[in-house]
Amino acid sequence: MDKLVISPAPHIHGGDSVSKNMTTVIVALVPALLVGLYYFGLGAIIVTLTAVISCILFEYLIQKYILKGTNSIMDGSAALTGLLLALNLPSNIPLWMVIIGSLVAIGIAKMSFGGLGNNPFNPALIGRVFLLISFPVAMTSWPKPIPFNPSYLDAETAATPLAMMKSHFGTLPTTLDLFLGNMGGSLGEVSVLALLIGLIYLLIKKIITWHIPISILVTVFIFAGILNLANPEQYASPVIHLFSGGLMLGAVFMATDYVTSPMNPRGMLVFGVGIGIITVLIRTFGAYPEGVSFAILIMNAFTPLINTYIKPKRFGEKVKVNN
Amino acid sequence: MKTFRIGGIHPKENKFSAGKKIQTIELPKQVVIPLSHYIGTPSEAVIKKGDLVKVGQLIGKANGFISANVHSSVSGKVTKVDVQLDATGYKRPAVFIDVEGDEWLENIDKSSDIVRECTLPKDEILRRIQDAGIVGLGGATFPAHVKLTPPPGKKAESVIINAVECESYLTNDHGLMLEKAEEILIGIKIIMQVLDVKKAFIGIEANKPDAIKLLSNLAKNYTGIEVVPLKVSYPQGGEKQLIDAILRRQVPSGKIPIEVGTVVQNVGTVFAIYEAVQKNKPMIERIVTVTGKSAPNPGNYRVRIGTMLSELALDAGGVPEDTGKIVGGGPMMGRSLMTLDVPTAKGSAGILYIQKQESIRKPIQNCIRCTKCVTVCPMGLEPFLLMNQSERNMWPEMEANRTMDCIECGSCSYTCPSNRPLLDYIRFGKTTVGGIIRNRAVK
Repeated sequence: MDKLVISPAPHIHGGDSVSKNMTTVIVALVPALLVGLYYFGLGAIIVTLTAVISCILFEYLIQKYILKGTNSIMDGSAALTGLLLALNLPSNIPLWMVIIGSLVAIGIAKMSFGGLGNNPFNPALIGRVFLLISFPVAMTSWPKPIPFNPSYLDAETAATPLAMMKSHFGTLPTTLDLFLGNMGGSLGEVSVLALLIGLIYLLIKKIITWHIPISILVTVFIFAGILNLANPEQYASPVIHLFSGGLMLGAVFMATDYVTSPMNPRGMLVFGVGIGIITVLIRTFGAYPEGVSFAILIMNAFTPLINTYIKPKRFGEKVKVNN
Repeated sequence: MKTFRIGGIHPKENKFSAGKKIQTIELPKQVVIPLSHYIGTPSEAVIKKGDLVKVGQLIGKANGFISANVHSSVSGKVTKVDVQLDATGYKRPAVFIDVEGDEWLENIDKSSDIVRECTLPKDEILRRIQDAGIVGLGGATFPAHVKLTPPPGKKAESVIINAVECESYLTNDHGLMLEKAEEILIGIKIIMQVLDVKKAFIGIEANKPDAIKLLSNLAKNYTGIEVVPLKVSYPQGGEKQLIDAILRRQVPSGKIPIEVGTVVQNVGTVFAIYEAVQKNKPMIERIVTVTGKSAPNPGNYRVRIGTMLSELALDAGGVPEDTGKIVGGGPMMGRSLMTLDVPTAKGSAGILYIQKQESIRKPIQNCIRCTKCVTVCPMGLEPFLLMNQSERNMWPEMEANRTMDCIECGSCSYTCPSNRPLLDYIRFGKTTVGGIIRNRAVK
């Protein structure tokens, strides 16, 4: 027998790892990705591959030549950021824009803060919002969903339901179409069904808890519902709010990002309610038809504050001490 | 099924020695009986070199409030009173005895006959428990008679028997329950008598259905004793967690169970109390589990206190070839041993061989703020935050974030996907913060 290892307890580990977590989230995104590939065809394939490859490449180059740290691309987080960025983009966006978005996401939003775990804002959303502000036209002309669409840059465009609501122009898709994803939109956000499958998978695998997604969805439903009850002519029904735009993708995959969301259930509820309220405010009263990305980024900024002031439920918290 | 309400994990149970009959190992040629306990003051030797002792004879007298008597576990000749490296990694006082024969003190009832009746007054029972040097066998080795004497003005309504054995691998309590169920129930009756309570709960996790069935059946003959099956979850054997699971009451921060009207005793301790009160037998032996993924003969062994762990290991088939780490106790809270040449103490629950590949921790990565450590923490703490603060010497902040509530169960480190040594840092912080608090109390 060689020398014995001496270390403090515990002496066993559960076997969980960063890459396992990232891989599970990527698997949970597969249904949404498949729906995107079905409706947006060639464009979806090109945009997704470009985003994933350029995110991995940028992280590798920055780690190697600027930070001179250990190679971190194998933890899967860069690939996940790339995939999330792609799912948040229209499938007819030019390649070079995707590459710029990836550079902003990885370079500015993630690596400049010190890499995984240190970024205050969701990298994929920073990439998306950067593109939205810089190239508003390219980022808001959505391709029409056509099964196995063979066209990329020249794809026929269609307005999103939220844009229709804002401009009071066009015919809204049926609720079933909204649920299945048969509408214009970013390539991963259209199918509520696919995203819900992803949510259930994440919950079963215990990657996330229900607190963030459910609090966002419930808040949006209630807030939009109140507005709708007050004036049905002016304000869309809460069901359309839930089923359209980036809400489902944002609630399930973007807001639940580990690094940028609060660290205990109570904080998560506050975070989710905040996102829900800001989303409806922007959608209803703001200049943009869609506000999920902004809402999440704004609440990301509040995360450290939430962590400081909202603490988990302590053991024995409610017990009265008789002295 | 009941369980505690905050946090918890479920490591692979690996109870290889479950259901195995307790084997008594051969008497060793020499024993080294520790005079010190995990907590409290070491006992004072009352014998000297050259003295002849019998099994059960007092050799160390309790020294102070939190201390316990020590008795010889063998008969023979005292060769020296000296220091000995023990399982805690420190050299501490111990009595060395060369074994000659196996001669017991006459007033000890060695037979296995069950003595049911106990008509002794309360004070006499407590005195016997104290004289017999009974300490808690759940790990903390706190003197049992102190626990059974609630502070003035406090009254227990119930007693909880901790038969959870939530640590993976360990089966010594399980083995004891299967073979000594009747004795355990009598022991519980005695404790109920001492505390003057009408109700006792035996908490057993659902992975021991045979023990649950056996004790439930026998408990029908005793009024007020109820077996409570619990959903398997670690650290259910933690005192505060067990009380929460059974009574749905949470002991407040910094308080003891009597605050919510109960007292907890480990099932092994209960058996020892039975032996002390009914058979006049002091604490001279215990059940130790020897186990591990490649242990040649995982099992439960009845061992005299002071037997070198190396001899026990030899009797149990030897140390496996691929051992990288040897743990005294369970995998979550046990201590890694430098050597097996340490004596069996009253608190030694097991020898666990960990294979080489599992012995070394994986490289530490950045915290990805996944919240898993917060989710599993049974005390509702934020391990990631406490670790950060400990790294930066932020002691007042650590205190404000309730670091002293940490029960050091290790669930945070176990669960961290980035392999961060959360508990190592929290433990370090606790030591420092604890010192600061004590200094403040002195002023």
